Amino acid sequence: MSQYPPAMAEVVDELASITDRYERAEMLIEVADRFDTVKIPPEIATKPYDEAHRVPACESEAFVWAQPQADGTLRYYFDVLNPQGLSAMAMAVVLGESLNGQPTDLAMRIPSELVFDLFGKEISMGKGAGLMGILNMVQSYAKRHKAGMSLE
Amino acid sequence: MATSIADRGYINPTKLVTTDWVAAHLDDPTVRIIESNEDPLLYPSGHIPGAVQVDWTHDLNDPLRRDYLDKAGFEALMSRIGVTPEMTVVFYGDKNNWWACYALWVFQLFGHTNAKIMDGGRLKWEQESRPMTREVPTYAATSYQAQQRDDSSIRAFREQVLEHAQEGLPLVDVRSPAEYSGEKLHMPEYPQEGALRGGHIPGAHNVPWARAINPDDGTFKTADELRAIYEGEKHLMPDDDVIVYCRIGERSSHTWFVLSYLLGYKNVRNYDGSWTEWGNLVGAPIER
Repeated sequence: MSQYPPAMAEVVDELASITDRYERAEMLIEVADRFDTVKIPPEIATKPYDEAHRVPACESEAFVWAQPQADGTLRYYFDVLNPQGLSAMAMAVVLGESLNGQPTDLAMRIPSELVFDLFGKEISMGKGAGLMGILNMVQSYAKRHKAGMSLE
Repeated sequence: MATSIADRGYINPTKLVTTDWVAAHLDDPTVRIIESNEDPLLYPSGHIPGAVQVDWTHDLNDPLRRDYLDKAGFEALMSRIGVTPEMTVVFYGDKNNWWACYALWVFQLFGHTNAKIMDGGRLKWEQESRPMTREVPTYAATSYQAQQRDDSSIRAFREQVLEHAQEGLPLVDVRSPAEYSGEKLHMPEYPQEGALRGGHIPGAHNVPWARAINPDDGTFKTADELRAIYEGEKHLMPDDDVIVYCRIGERSSHTWFVLSYLLGYKNVRNYDGSWTEWGNLVGAPIER
């Protein structure tokens, strides 16, 4: 059984069915084009952002926030300061759309293979490290929320 | 703001072209513009009109062995992107032309030396709000006769690197200080670029590749600024026999370009086996 939340599994499965690399790229670009839907709103944070929210090792300068919701779930927000950071934006959209409003346990169960299932195994180490960093930061927020710790 | 290329004191200034030059040659049939990126999403999301893509994993590497494509593979690539041996190819890309320099280095292995880098790369082109398109161009296939890949003059292999280090000849490790010191080894579960041991090849100088770049617009620093780094700090000389390396040979191809063309060093080789080979070799000497 997939360890991915349903919405994430849908994206992964669709990408897996595409063998042409240009088509895969087009699909990921379409995902990245929805970045505004998960972008941090100014009422929550403005630049310069608190460095505590910066994703370590991400050369696209990604930032992640998590806001507790009334139903006990988390809503994740992101920003990617490098306008060329399309892969980071796509990663943020997949995470936000799949996890917002869902039980936090779902985030903690996502395997790190997500990066390769989305972007392919041939991505460079630098890019892979940054994308995994985004996932790790989301999972860290989920764990801290479950443990009743501060998310600031 | 960067000074003009001609005023920067480079030994081979013609290996660089400006964004203005590229804009003026978009329809020049003797010029092919080639984008090479780390991020595979960038080219499909928009590129210089008429530019083709050369992808470092799919187009430049052998699909099975750890090596570059062979003569037949290079000829097929050049045919597909409509390049003849007489054409000028101009590379540009993300990450301050890191991958563009890598592609240029591989092209040179096959003797296509009529190749240049667009100074500032994709970053500068975008900053100047120049036109971008998602339209992928098609060019008539060419018949390209390449030379056999020449691995002898600009490429180094592990036995040569070991001998080089034992003789105390200059090595430049262009990775980050954390990689050089061995503090940062590799990413857990990363399938491609792991190494069992951390550190650097004994005697190697550490000059992170991006020091050669002006971060604001991605252009190369002036020759004087580059000499201050490589010669002032590290005491390299233009006649030195130098080997550069990183993790898989891509970042170091950027430094190879800087030393070979901008500073005119005569004998610079890129060790593309780099740390992913050296850090896994049984018995290879390592320094921390």
